[in-house]
Amino acid sequence: MKEYLKNTWLGIYTILVGMRVTLRHLFKPKVTIQYPDERLELPERARNRLYVNIDDCIGCDQCARACPVDCIEIETVKAVPGEDLGVTSNGKRKALWVTKFDIDIAKCCYCSLCVWPCPTECIWMTDVYEYSEYNRENLIYHFSNLSPEEAEQKKLNYQKFEDEKARQKAFAQQASAQQVNKESGTQN
Amino acid sequence: MISDQLAEILGNKIIAYLITAAIPLFLFLVPYALYAVYAERKVSAFMQDRIGPNRVGPKGLLQTIADILKLIQKEDIIPKSADKPIFVMAPYVVFMGTFAAFAAIPFSSVFIGSNINLGVFYIMAVSSFSVIGILMAGWAGNNKYSLYGAMRSVAQIVSYEVPALLAIVSAVMVIGTLNLNEISEMQTARFWNWWIFGGPLQGIQKFLLIVPMLVAFVIFFVASLAEVNRTPFDIPEAESELVAGFHTEYTGMKFAIFFLAEYGNMFVVSAISTAIFFGGWQSPFGYLGNSFSIPLLVPIEQVFWFLFKSLSLVLVQMWLRWTLPRLRVDQLMAVCWKYLTPYAFVNLVLIGIISLI
Repeated sequence: MKEYLKNTWLGIYTILVGMRVTLRHLFKPKVTIQYPDERLELPERARNRLYVNIDDCIGCDQCARACPVDCIEIETVKAVPGEDLGVTSNGKRKALWVTKFDIDIAKCCYCSLCVWPCPTECIWMTDVYEYSEYNRENLIYHFSNLSPEEAEQKKLNYQKFEDEKARQKAFAQQASAQQVNKESGTQN
Repeated sequence: MISDQLAEILGNKIIAYLITAAIPLFLFLVPYALYAVYAERKVSAFMQDRIGPNRVGPKGLLQTIADILKLIQKEDIIPKSADKPIFVMAPYVVFMGTFAAFAAIPFSSVFIGSNINLGVFYIMAVSSFSVIGILMAGWAGNNKYSLYGAMRSVAQIVSYEVPALLAIVSAVMVIGTLNLNEISEMQTARFWNWWIFGGPLQGIQKFLLIVPMLVAFVIFFVASLAEVNRTPFDIPEAESELVAGFHTEYTGMKFAIFFLAEYGNMFVVSAISTAIFFGGWQSPFGYLGNSFSIPLLVPIEQVFWFLFKSLSLVLVQMWLRWTLPRLRVDQLMAVCWKYLTPYAFVNLVLIGIISLI
């Protein structure tokens, strides 16, 4: 009987305690963040989408080599003499045309290892995290500021320059060979 | 009564009654059910420190309307192996049980569908009619979860009717009438004349009645929670164990009708406790219409007070729903037969003795 009354009392009392808890929560401020309208501020060193400031890039390929998943692809072409590529913001002279700087962000593992080796600090993690795409190809970001035609042009230029150099070298060799021949001829 | 006046104006009793029957349905029940669902979602959200629906319309007020529009558009699926006639009929039977109870609910002194002398008895009898509909739905769906839910529901409703009716009988013993309008009329003037505070009796009897009446109300309230399948007694539709219980197989509008019936039932049981224990349509402190001598204002005020009290009780039901976890089947039966029923009997005897003083 005592047990029975105790159970009754406990039943009523615990329900009232529970109701008090829920009533308190009824007037508590809400914890929901209405995501697209309001956003949490990201931590300072949050790692999200990569960005490359191509104006500062010297095409050193260090980031691509640091990448553990090989998601960065860089192709460079040497500048020919007479072409001035300017300097980076921290005073390094640029000597290479960056004809291709592709980051496949779908492969990226957000390790941030590419950020540290960059000598000009031109690659970094931004706070953008909404960049889903319908097409996987769209996730390959092209950072090079040269259009394909321009890149082709640069390649051609360099090729020409190289050819020219090779021709000149061959010419010089030929000339020197002739010289040698001549000298030897006179000797004979 | 409004139906008689309408009959005089229209000269046809049947049309007048049809109109009086349609008023609570379209003017009250449907908007109420829509906004009760909204309130339920908001209350649950607030209790869990969330925001709740807030996208459709200002503060999400149009959310349930959008939901019902979606439900109307949905395909009406009838399972191949279902017992088709029963399957189609079941939601309407459930709803009929709920809606029939509205006939005797006294919204105000002039608006009561049918001012019958057996009001309380009629409502209790007719609202348990929905058990049949629930069993039909569970059986016809030909789904084991539906059947489980229906069986549990029937077992639950049938057993909880005992304490509910005992609590009501004990109250009615002192009140002396089953007519809900008369019960409401009795508790006039101030709120201390409500039956939960001992009613309009005099002297020691009134003070002795306060505790037994409170017990009767609590018993009735708990039992009525079980009768309308609300948490903590929602094992018939326990989502985590039975998918959705008896309405698992229902889609579209039929599903919506089950919802309408559930929320309608919540209101009906709250209306009974309001009418019996909380003064029905009586204002807790006089009427503005009387003090400003505008007699037309009084019935409107009465409707307001009745709805205010009933909807507050509905809100308490929601509050309980988001506070308590679901009971196990054995616990459910233990609460009913081992606790509520004996207490209801003791209460009955106590009130009987008090009413003899």
